[in-house]
This record gives sequence, C-alpha cells and structure tokens, in this order.
Amino acid sequence: MTYIGKNQKRLEDGPLLRGLGRFADAISFAGQLHMRVVRAPVAYGRLGRIDIDAAKDLAGVFAVWTAQDIMEIGPIPFRQVTLPGMERFRQYVLARGYVRYVGDPMAVVFADDPYIAEDAADLVTAEIEILAPCLDATGPVGAFEPGVPGEAGVVEKKYGDLSDAFARADHVIELRLKIGRHAGVPLETRGAVATFDPSDNMIRLYGAAKIPHKNRITIAAIIDHPVDRIHLHEGHVGGGFGTRGEVYPEDVLVCLAARKFKRPIKWIEDRRENLVAANHSRQQTHEIRAAVDARGFVLGVDDVFWLDQGAYVRTHGGAVSELTAAMLPGPYVWPAYRSVGHIRLTNKTPCGTYRAPGRFEGSFVRERLMDAIARRLGLDPVEVRRINFIAEDAMPFDRKVDALGTDVILDSGKYEDLLDRLLERVGYHRLKAELRRRRADGEMVGMGFAYFVEKSGLGPHDDVKLILDADGRVEIVTGTASVGQGVETVLAQIGADATGLPIEVFTVTHGQTDRIDHGMGAYASRATTMVGSAVHLAGRKFNLALRQAAADMLQATAEGLAITDGRIHRTDDPSGPAVSLAELGGEYFKAHGAPLTTEATFHAERMGFPYGIHLVVARIAPDTMAIELEKFVIAFDVGKAINPMLIRGQFAGAAAQGIGGALFEEFVYDEWGQPLATNFADYLLPTVFEVPKVEILLREDAPSPLNPLGVKGAGEGGITGTGAAIAAAVDDAIGGFGAIDSLPINPARLHQLVEKLGR
Amino acid sequence: MKPPPFTYHDPATVTEAIGLLASLDNAKLLAGGQSLMPMLNMRYAQPDHVIDLNRVEGLSAIREAGDGLEIGAMTRQREVEFSDDVERLCPLLHEAMPLVGHRQTRNRGTFGGSLAHFDSSAEIPTVCAALDAIVRVQGPGGARDIAFKDFAAGYLSTSMGLDEVLLSVQLPAWGAGHGFGFEEFARRHGDFAIVSAAALLEAGPDGRITRASLTLGGIGSAPLRMAPAEAALVGAPGSAETFAAAAETCRGIDALEDIHAPAVYRQHLAVVLSRRALEKAWSRMDADKGG
Repeated sequence: MTYIGKNQKRLEDGPLLRGLGRFADAISFAGQLHMRVVRAPVAYGRLGRIDIDAAKDLAGVFAVWTAQDIMEIGPIPFRQVTLPGMERFRQYVLARGYVRYVGDPMAVVFADDPYIAEDAADLVTAEIEILAPCLDATGPVGAFEPGVPGEAGVVEKKYGDLSDAFARADHVIELRLKIGRHAGVPLETRGAVATFDPSDNMIRLYGAAKIPHKNRITIAAIIDHPVDRIHLHEGHVGGGFGTRGEVYPEDVLVCLAARKFKRPIKWIEDRRENLVAANHSRQQTHEIRAAVDARGFVLGVDDVFWLDQGAYVRTHGGAVSELTAAMLPGPYVWPAYRSVGHIRLTNKTPCGTYRAPGRFEGSFVRERLMDAIARRLGLDPVEVRRINFIAEDAMPFDRKVDALGTDVILDSGKYEDLLDRLLERVGYHRLKAELRRRRADGEMVGMGFAYFVEKSGLGPHDDVKLILDADGRVEIVTGTASVGQGVETVLAQIGADATGLPIEVFTVTHGQTDRIDHGMGAYASRATTMVGSAVHLAGRKFNLALRQAAADMLQATAEGLAITDGRIHRTDDPSGPAVSLAELGGEYFKAHGAPLTTEATFHAERMGFPYGIHLVVARIAPDTMAIELEKFVIAFDVGKAINPMLIRGQFAGAAAQGIGGALFEEFVYDEWGQPLATNFADYLLPTVFEVPKVEILLREDAPSPLNPLGVKGAGEGGITGTGAAIAAAVDDAIGGFGAIDSLPINPARLHQLVEKLGR
Repeated sequence: MKPPPFTYHDPATVTEAIGLLASLDNAKLLAGGQSLMPMLNMRYAQPDHVIDLNRVEGLSAIREAGDGLEIGAMTRQREVEFSDDVERLCPLLHEAMPLVGHRQTRNRGTFGGSLAHFDSSAEIPTVCAALDAIVRVQGPGGARDIAFKDFAAGYLSTSMGLDEVLLSVQLPAWGAGHGFGFEEFARRHGDFAIVSAAALLEAGPDGRITRASLTLGGIGSAPLRMAPAEAALVGAPGSAETFAAAAETCRGIDALEDIHAPAVYRQHLAVVLSRRALEKAWSRMDADKGG
C-alpha cells in the first residue's frame, strides 16, 4: 500500500469535529489566577507614575505589576535575522520609560476571575506625557525616544553591475508601490496558561504553538530559569499564519507570575487585544527602477523600500525585510540587482511575519513592475515574462544573495512550462479575447496574473523518533507543530510508506518539549520537507529494526523477512507463521525493558524553492466600484504532493487570506496613532461570500533534489501572488493604465482613481 | 472583553419593566442582544442594570392594524423576514430583511431592538423612515406614539424617554400595486450598509407619479428622507430621466466619513443606489393600478 500521493483524510479531525479540541482556553488548573494586560491608550508618550492602588484594592485582585516589579527581566530577544544596532529596539514585557503604540503593555493584573481582572485593569491609570507619534515609515526618521532615531536597520541585497545595466538600458521604468498593513488574524486568539511545581522547580506553559522548542529556550533565558525545568505544551491551534506562537510579552509574564506566585496563571487574549497586540505585518513602500533592453529583457533592477516596523523589533528581527530583498527577483534572471530596505520604527503595533512574509510584498512589487514593462514596450504580459525567465537548464540557479543564513540557490524549476500549462488550462488567448469583447460592451472586466517563487524547508535539521509500544501502535515523535495544516496526517502517510506499515497504526506527537529534545517547529513551509524527510529516514530504519527484532522469533534473518499489513513474515512463506506488531512490541519490551525505537535526523543546508502563478479575472460594477473575482486559478509546482487534498486546502485557505489583504483587510490609524480597526466590523476579513472558488493546477514537474521525497512546501504558495494578480486584474478592468499601485484596493479608492482617470 | 459588573433583572410584564426603568439609575433594556452584548463586552456600554425583555409577555407579534401592519418590539427579525403579512402589506420591509445582519443574528435580533439601538446604517430604521412608521412607546405616564420623523435624536439615540419601553411599530401600508425597491452597498455580505436607499412609488393612470418616498441610510446620524427628490418625482412621468434627475439631488447631501468610505464616495453611492431603488420600484408597479 502506498500512502504518499493519496488524498488521505485527516487523522487529526476526530476531536476537532466532535468539539473535543484542546485549544488554549480549554485548559484550566485549580487555583489559577487570570491575567489581564493594561495597555497604553496613546501611541507615544513618556510614561510617568502608574497608579495601581485602586486596582489592588478591588476584591478578588491578587497582584498588580508594572515594569518596576520586574526590573530584572530583559527584553524579548530575536530568533531570526539580527542587524547591527537592532538590540536597543527590542520590547520589554512591560513598558519602561515610554509607551510606543496603542496596546503597549504597561501593567498586568492578576485576579481570581477574568471579569474581576478586567474590572481592575480599568482602574489602573498612568500619567503619560503625550509626544507626537511617527506614523509614516517613508518620511523623516522618527524617534524611538528623544535622541534615538527610529531606524532599526538597513538590509541590502545586491549582485551584478547595476550602473552598467542602466547605462545600456533602452527603457527605464520607475514605480512607487505600497502594500497596506494587515496580519494573519487567527480565529483563535492567543492564550497562555502556565503552571509551576515548586517540588521540582518545573514550569509548564500550555497554549504554545509554532515553535515550542525554540520558545522554551528563549523564555528560560528571559526569566533566568534552567531550560530543563521548563516545558512547553502545544494543544490544538486555531490558526497560526506566522502571527501566533512567537514569544510575546504575555508568554513571559504568565511563566514569571506562575513561578513567583506558585499558582497557575491563565491569560486569554480577547479580540480587541489581538488586533492591537499580536504582530501586524506587510506594510511596505517600494521605489523600484528597472533597466530594460529593447526587446523587454530586464538588465537590472534597483529597489529601495521602507518597512513600517511599528513600535519595536520583535522576534523576527529583520527577517521580513531580508526575505523581501532576497526573494524579490522571483523567477527572472535580472543580471544586476540591488534592494535596500529601511526598517523604520513607527508608533503602531509591532510587525512580524505573516504567511509568505516578504514574498507577498515582493511579488506585488515585481509583478507590477513586469506588467509596467510590458505596457511600456507594448508586449503581452505573458511575453515579457517568457523573455526574463530563468531557464530550466540553468537550474540549480545561484541567486547570489542569502536569506535567513542560507544561500538562495533555486533548486529546481520549469518556470515557462508551468506558465504554458496554466495558459492552456484557462484558454488564455480565448479568455483574453472574450474579456476584450466584454469591455467593448461596456463591462469593466479584466485579467491579471502573477508569477512567484516561494521557499520552503528552512533547515538546518529536524529529529524524529519512531516508537513501537506494547500494543503494537507506532508513535512518531517530532518537534514540529500543528497549525492546522494536517501535519499529523502527512507524517503518518510518509511513515507508513517508509516502514511498510498500515497508516492506522500511527500516532503523531508534536509540540511537546518533554517528549523530544530538539524541534524546529512549523513555519516557513518547512514541516513536510524537513520533518517529513526525517520521518522517511527514521521509517526506513524502523522497518529494518522490526525485521531484526522478529528474526529470532521467526527463525530467519532480517533480510529473509517482509512486512505485510502490519504482520512480519518470512519472505519465502507469506502465508506462514507471522508476528504481529503487538506481539513484537510486547516481546521487545519484555526483553529490553524499553520500547523498540529508531531515531533519525534530517539535515538541509539550503531551502527548496517551489513556484507558482495566480491568475485572476476581476469584474467591477461601473457604478458602485464593487469588485468581484470571477475566476481565481492557482498553478503551483510542489515537487511531490504527499496529500493533494490537503495541499488544495492550504491553497484555498491561503488564497482567501490573500484576497483579504488585497481587497479588505487594513489596520488604519488616525493622525494620533489611534487604531481604527480593532474589531471585526472594522477589520474586514473576507467571508465565504467574498471568496470565489479557487481552481488549482497542482504539478509535480520539478521535484526538489534537496530531500529524499522530492517535496517542496505548500503552506504559503496560495497567498504569495494574490495581491499582485488581483491588482493586475483590476488594473486591466479599469483600462490597463497601471494605475493600481497600492494595496488594499477598495471600492472607495477605486472610485476616486477612476474619477481621476477621467472615465 | 468581559462586561463590567451589572445587576440583571428579568421582568414578566411591560409594567414591571417600566417600573424597573423608572426606579433604577443607569439601566439598559436588553432585547435580542445583538448590539448590546458586544457593546457590554467591549465596555462601550457600562450600565449598572440590565433589564431583560425576553420574558415579557405580549411584545412579540405581527398583525394587521388599520391600513397597515403592527409589529411588536420583541418580534425576532427572522419572524419579520418570513412573515406573509409583511410580504403582502410591506414588501419594502420584506425585501430589506435578508440584508439585516446575518441569518444567525436575525434568529435572535429583534425588530424593536434594531430601532431602539438606532444605527443609521441599519436597514430597519431606514425602512421605517421610508414608510413614515409610528413608534408606540410606554412610560410611567402611559403610552404615546412617536412619528418616525421625530424619532431620531442624534447618533445612536432616539427621542424615547429613559423610562420608556418600545412596544410596537405601526407601518402604514402603501396602496395596492405600489412600487418598492431597497438597495444597499456593503463591503461584505451582512455588513452594515455603507449607503442604502429605500424607494416607494405610486402612480396614476396617466403614468405620472402621484406619491414618492426616497430614504437614504448610512449617510448621517439618522436615515434621511430625501424631500427634494420626492418633490421632483411627484407629478413627473416615471422614466429613466426622472429617476436619474431625482437621484442626482442626493449628490449634495452632507455625508459622514469613516474608515470604510469618505464622504464623496457616500455621496456617489447615494446617487447610484437612489436611482437603482427608484427604477426597481417603478419596474414593480402593478400595471393595472397605474404606472
């Protein structure tokens, strides 16, 4: 039986469908205190005295902390890209000296129940000398505090001879492009429940997600606790998207308070907090220039961008800027290139990653540029891309830049081939003619597409243990995490094929730091490539170990045994005597005093690079400017699809989020830095009514040479090109002038734009 | 997002509810809870007392009254949505109801609750304005009727007294065969309208308009009856030019501005949606009854 490639139904759905999920708020302990964060009401100001007396006096309040109470606790460190001088912009878990965004934690209340905690939080008052906030990352550099300029770092990626490229150019095309501020917004808000056992000095943190092992080390360091005396436990997770699962102030505070008060501490974020406290993302402005020759080949690209980082630099450090700059060239040759990214601090919620960080933004910029080049030279958008693609025989292609500590070397890809398949699938020329006819009849309708290169499988390594228990079940223990993507199912499929066992015998354990020493977590489309490959390696060893263990029982050698349907039997006598997994598990445990276990580690020096195209047909109501997506197609080469159904699910969900970022979602601030989108009536997530059916062309034409399965990641490719493709389609619909230069596009802005264009 | 402390009251009769309202300071009535509960959770509303009307007898009914309909304040929006009487006598309301929130919120939300909350972009107040509804309220001194034109008292506030309970709403029916049209524009399905337009038309045998009502929602602090447009319509022949000209009078209105739309876009939508609503209303006129 082969499980890889099968649309295996999700093994993890049972408890979720029966309402038995263990989400953060489902976890409670006797005697727990509820934590409530008191957040800054202003965007920027000098923090004076905080009056906590009234809050402390409220019946049911156990304690109130301000920064004064935890002066020994340092700021939250970076886990990714650190640029020189960035450290001073880290966030303390409670504000010191200044508050820097609406939502900045100033104090925390611990009380017997969450209602009292919130009542008490309302009684905390702070003297704040209000200062003029910086809200524009592209203007003059603001101040982190008086005398400290608010530029946290500058990222630069470059190769080739740019001045030569511009000297030889027949055309120079310049654009200024903006991406709005939005975020992942998981439907389960964050939550953290910490316990402390004084008898063994053990802290346990529940509600962990994404990267429990890394966060364990980080939190231990911040609160100065032995790493082996703290464990993180991942339950069910109602969406991650990059936002959830980083170390935030609240994670540190619950651990600290549990240890200090020797009581369980529970914190559940509410929605309004989530929209001002959890990482925002995306907001960038680019000024990009392309040197292009007479036939449309891009000789060089020079890009400068400003990333609106918000008030502090959080765990991701400069990762989003680095990924933006390193991956902006996408599938094109671009012989000379430079991108300089300014990470600017503003008095808004701090930013981190969001699904396809840097690539959603960069793809918008790159593909708008390629469309502009096509328009200038009178080429079809398809043709300009063909002229610039990296050829199949140039793979692997050294991009000559690095990202996240690895060289960007495109491992495999048949870029033009995928484009041809997509064009054939949608009937591109016929569709184009039909849209032209409809426009001639007065409709505002248009098509656009965006080509992109994704990345996946960030290393450097992942460990896996396979354990045969006495009942004959096999546990796959990993340090990855489930963010809802179906990782349990996928790992069981890979494990079943590698071991030769039926999928039903597997249990997958993830996100428990007390079960495996190391783990890299689930982000950057890495779980299937990295952990899946480790399961593959461990599974092969497990198959051999099973046969070796059964050899004596069946009076044979391991080589003379085979495994069929969970039974181990002699190769020369398939229907003869056999050992079941349960028998073997029991015997092995009796003989060795421990279960049969194999371990494997998968190393990867570099990332793999899947690639795809989004194609959109958009129709605009000429009177209201309502935007409707008539067609949404994703073509994507995943190298090898372990579970096509789950990949399709990932794409459909990611596309919905991309549509949100392109058309609906935006964190808007007023001129004083007050956030205006702090609930779901003002922060507009697309619903099932706004999201079209997503057609998917899933290909396996360019397997990755970097792992034994040939897989590339599938978690992010559904969102990467959405902004760019929707912008192109809307642009085409309103006349193809290249007028769409910012996201999100909404009917009111489109109305103004079309008025300006003089329609 | 936990509500502040309050005392919960559970009266069984209107008299009891009014008694509580009159005797308690800073009290708030709870109907279907689709606005009040989120406002409590977000602490936008901080009442000391919440008086729950859900067990009060006699506030939930739809019945023919006089030349129209009377709808009890606690009638669930779902009941209004699926009422044959509403469809027959107030087809404008019937058309607007599926646009009120979402199916889930209509199961619980009430007709009177939406009126008392008085969000100007909500559909129910807009329809009531279009129909010249009469709101019946009761306080310690007895019941009184408020003409809808006198009902609004600013953003999210009405002319009801602090000690008054909304009992019912009378919706005068328009003539048999009248035309009606409700149009709105929202960013997403189920959102409050950025702008909505409600139109009602009657015409004589000569095809000239004899009676017209045009109301805009989402524009200001209350639904706005467009008197200039109505004046321009009455006496004019029902034609595309007439409706376009009447709609164009909406362009100059004062419109509010928020993160979803600048004033100029609301003014533009007011024109577009008025024209659509009028044309729809005209197209639905019963030919035998004129038009």
